[in-house]
Amino acid sequence: MAERTQKQKPAPSRTEETVEEAPATSASGEKLKAELDDLLDEIDGVLETNAEDFVKSYVQKGGQ
Amino acid sequence: MAIPKVCGIETEYGIMVRGADSNPVTASSLLINSYLAVNYRKVGWDFEDEHPGHDARGFAVDDLLAPDIETNLVNSVLTNGARYYVDHAHPEISTPECLTALEVVRYDRAAEEIIRESMVTAKSHLPEGAEILCHKNNSDGKGNSYGCHENYLLARSVPFGRIVSQVTPHFVTRQIVIGAGKVGCELPGMSADDVPYQISQRADFFEEEVGLETTLKRPIVNTRDEPHCDASKYRRLHVIVGDANMSEVATYLKVGATAIVLAMIEDDALGDDWLLANPVAAIRQVSHDPTLQRTVLLHNGRRATAIEVQWGMLERARKYERSHGLAVVGESVGTDVLARWESVLTGLESDRSTVADVVDWVAKQRLIDGYAERHSLKVTDARLKALDLQYHDLRPDKCLAQRVGLQTLISDADIASAKTEPPTTTRAYFRGRCLAKWPADIVAANWDSLVFDIGRDPLRRVPMMEPLRGTAEHVARLIDESNTPAELLARLGA
Repeated sequence: MAERTQKQKPAPSRTEETVEEAPATSASGEKLKAELDDLLDEIDGVLETNAEDFVKSYVQKGGQ
Repeated sequence: MAIPKVCGIETEYGIMVRGADSNPVTASSLLINSYLAVNYRKVGWDFEDEHPGHDARGFAVDDLLAPDIETNLVNSVLTNGARYYVDHAHPEISTPECLTALEVVRYDRAAEEIIRESMVTAKSHLPEGAEILCHKNNSDGKGNSYGCHENYLLARSVPFGRIVSQVTPHFVTRQIVIGAGKVGCELPGMSADDVPYQISQRADFFEEEVGLETTLKRPIVNTRDEPHCDASKYRRLHVIVGDANMSEVATYLKVGATAIVLAMIEDDALGDDWLLANPVAAIRQVSHDPTLQRTVLLHNGRRATAIEVQWGMLERARKYERSHGLAVVGESVGTDVLARWESVLTGLESDRSTVADVVDWVAKQRLIDGYAERHSLKVTDARLKALDLQYHDLRPDKCLAQRVGLQTLISDADIASAKTEPPTTTRAYFRGRCLAKWPADIVAANWDSLVFDIGRDPLRRVPMMEPLRGTAEHVARLIDESNTPAELLARLGA
């Protein structure tokens, strides 16, 4: 689409970080991945002990 | 000319009681009353000016009034200008009127903390070991949904038909930026086997393009015409189509980008390029496609992905910024919203993981996918739905959203002060300050009035029909210098 090629010009500060410093991006990607791994390691301790019962009992009245 | 986008959010929280018998209405009342007992002398809400049955298209439906006017339900107004009440068997908090998206985020977060605090205060009223759990989500996974509504002030002079047609493409596609994510599907006849994971909590529940309903046959554009201010000058667009967000940046973009889109519509600067051929089918299709690859049919016969429509909106917003400025949404907030909006679209298109710290549905999907992979779970495994629910669980020791590294915008100190102090730039300031200073003398409060009992007949109603009057600039000194409400009213000339 012609319109789409014009749009990405004025780079905001956050895009500048991710576009110009590619190594930093992958570093932050690595960091996020590592954090996710850590979270997955600990998650069984946080998750409701009987997930199936919890999900089953989670019934709400409809609202707006 | 677009007018300042006074805005706010109302959130119905999911509620359940564990360890005791209770129904959700009683539990919600107990939750709120326990908070008020610790923090407040109760002030009743005044329903006189509430007209949820008024339709923006020009007619009224009286029957719709009934469920909203159950005055026996808890209904209170807080010193930060917010309303904390029971609505449709859920605890609900409406933020005070705010002038920018950033302020809305602050008050939405304060509301979340008030619910957290209420869960603690409620414990002392429950049997040993019992607790009330609240979730900031929009669905129980079993076909029951409850809302997170946004409100925006618009000029009455803008043709309502233009608002409906032009805002709909934004409402259908903005979910890729602000969707809260959901395991499974709640469309009749479909399940997690068909749609293992979708972008929005709410999309499955929208059945109409436009209408007055909010609890069944929900419309993408809601026509409730209840401005809570001078109806000859203003309308309040009541938006029921969004998800409740755990990510502060998502709430910020939800309100910020929508406020800019609405300002563009007011100034007739958005245009009809992105009108959709079939919005109801499109909103579900977009939600059901986390790959973001599928296209929707536009009214002009072309097809576009949701990202392309969002890029189109953003491009128009950039033009609008150059031609009109963004003062109506707060200049610096508006500029920041555009930058972050662009950064999210770029991330969604290139490397999804770069937006996992701001986009709820991406953060949740990484969690769900990672857990399923690690334990070789099927998409229908209850543990995945439990993860989904727990993303929104407001108990600090159970909340998964607090553990996925979401960016924050508001400091803890600013959230804490927002639990009791009103915004300074809208009429919420007058409401909040008066309630804090003279709780015993205010018999009722509403969005557009305060009713004082100054010890002699009649009760004195102070109308607040202008959302941008009653700010700190206007009335701080007056309130500071008045020792009694009678003195305040005399000086107000009321």
